[in-house]
Amino acid sequence: MSPVIEVRDLRKTYGSGDTAVHALRGLDLTVQKGEYIAIMGASGSGKSTLLNILGCLDVPSGGKYLLDGIDTGEFDEEQLSLLRNRKIGFVFQSFNLVPRTTALANVELPLVYAGVRRAQRRERALAALDLVGLADRTHHRPNELSGGQQQRVAIARALVTSPAIVLADEPTGNLDTDSSREVLGILDRLNASGRTVVLITHEDEVAAHAMRTVRVVDGRVAGVLV
Amino acid sequence: MRIFEIAAFAVRGLTANKMRSGLTTLGILIGVASVILLIAVGNGASSAVQQSIAGLGTNILTISPQRAQPGSTAKPLTTADAAALVGQDSPDVRYASPVVSAQATAGYGDTTHDIGQFVGSDPRYFDTTNSAVAQGNLFSDNDVQQARKVVVIGSTVATQLFPGIDPIGKSMLVNNIPFTVVGVLAAKGSSGLQDADDLAVAPLTTTQNALTGYGSLTQIVVQARSADALPDAQAQVTTILNGRHKIAGTADYRILSQDQLLTARTATTETFTVLLASVAAISLLVGGIGITNIMLVTVTERIREIGIRKAVGAPRSSILGQFLIEATLLSLFGGALGVAAGVIGSRFTIAGIQPVLVPSSVLLAFAVSALIGLFFGSYPASRAAKLRPIEALRHE
Ligand SMILES: Nc1ncnc2c1ncn2[C@@H]1O[C@H](COP(=O)(O)OP(=O)(O)OP(=O)(O)O)[C@@H](O)[C@H]1O
Ligand SMILES: [Mg+2]
Repeated sequence: MSPVIEVRDLRKTYGSGDTAVHALRGLDLTVQKGEYIAIMGASGSGKSTLLNILGCLDVPSGGKYLLDGIDTGEFDEEQLSLLRNRKIGFVFQSFNLVPRTTALANVELPLVYAGVRRAQRRERALAALDLVGLADRTHHRPNELSGGQQQRVAIARALVTSPAIVLADEPTGNLDTDSSREVLGILDRLNASGRTVVLITHEDEVAAHAMRTVRVVDGRVAGVLV
Repeated sequence: MRIFEIAAFAVRGLTANKMRSGLTTLGILIGVASVILLIAVGNGASSAVQQSIAGLGTNILTISPQRAQPGSTAKPLTTADAAALVGQDSPDVRYASPVVSAQATAGYGDTTHDIGQFVGSDPRYFDTTNSAVAQGNLFSDNDVQQARKVVVIGSTVATQLFPGIDPIGKSMLVNNIPFTVVGVLAAKGSSGLQDADDLAVAPLTTTQNALTGYGSLTQIVVQARSADALPDAQAQVTTILNGRHKIAGTADYRILSQDQLLTARTATTETFTVLLASVAAISLLVGGIGITNIMLVTVTERIREIGIRKAVGAPRSSILGQFLIEATLLSLFGGALGVAAGVIGSRFTIAGIQPVLVPSSVLLAFAVSALIGLFFGSYPASRAAKLRPIEALRHE
């Protein structure tokens, strides 16, 4: 089986000179297709930095990131946006829904940029919302939804394009136990349907859902616990 | 990804935040309206000044007799000369009124008054001097032909001789000859030292009969078709009079073209043009800064949204398109409302000035504001679209 994500000697430096922060210092990571991985580590160790690069939201300062065997460093801006749209579903800790826009429209958003026709778009968005248990909240705006509901809308948005990879940065970080359980249940099901899932968490119970846990210490992988 | 979808995003973006869209529209509206209005006020003030100068008669030539040179005889200015000045050979002359004037003392009852100027002329004289009748009537050509003893008096004469009395129809003694007052002129106010209202105007024939005799005319007052046609009119008048008086060398008459007033008019107009231009420039600048400000605020607030859109795979072109369409709609809508507000506002008198719309200013204000709105609505957005998604998402 070929790795879907392959990271070699990944480096990321914020700023320059005296104030430079080396968030990633030569990180190696391989994720096989269909894997479910939890990334753990102390605050500031570089987890989010890593995940943003994996999600093509940011570019590394050094090293290689191969997605499906292709070096993302050679992609231009248009190709990267295509990748984000087709291959990757990203779930943020802070939801990042478009404000003043209904749940349905938020979930439809990636499909619009993918060029899916209106009727089909609606159908798929409704199916995704149904999957996260929000069929009755399609016309609510983010400020009319609870945190857990907002996060589920965000997950519906991440999975509506049927991406090969779902990346989630502390998806339960802002949620209570019940909401967390629901969100994790959805991610479990996504993984069960063959998607690769990488999530960041601080909680062992959350990490327990994953097949393996990657520990990040000071911008490097410290060890892989099975 | 069709343009239609992007336009739908733009419309939804505008309607999703009505407050913000409303404020932006208002900013552009105020910018456009204030430019249009300020320029209209400047223009109104300018034309008011021009009108008041025109009221003093910038399109008037006065011809007066000149003493003869030694060795030649001077011909007097005659009524026939005046009549000859209007015709095919002088297309730029509208009227030419023969004028005689005299000193006269008027009396009514026990009251007497030395009239500043007693003028004998024809009914065109009133038009030439921009005199309007306030009460009663002017005299007619028929009155001139019949040499009726009628008189139209200025407001000073009316108040001096007829305090609290309606002068119309009253018999006024002029140098002991009775004249019937048929009209009172509207007050013009004094221009300089002279009281323009201390006068009486009677038919030329009557005045010659009763007061001055049939010598030379005091003046021929020529009204040109317009102030601009004055030089042409003067040339035509000169040609005609030179022919009639058989002038070879120095003329036996003098034409006063009121050069000073013309110069004054030109200077004033130029001052106003400069003033107008600076008012326009300043208001465009102020309006432009306002629009820039609100557009920048609007876009900055939405950089996070741009980040979200990029994160789910929006290509740069679609984000650019969306913000360009949003900015275009806001600019056009705000601009149109601004034009409406400016045009409506210019119907009202502002600080005593009746604004006069300058059509080109409407176009200028609209175009400049729309372009500024477009630029500052889409340029920051295009910069944000170039950010990496995570940078846009982190933007505060
Ligand atoms: N945009 C940035 N500019 C400068 N420094 C940054 C930036 N983003 C992150 N860093 C720094 O990089 C380091 C790693 O940050 P990162 O967000 O990856 O940590 P993390 O492991 O996700 O922490 P947490 O568990 O608290 O979310 C930190 O020291 C942080 O201060
Ligand atoms: Mg983090």
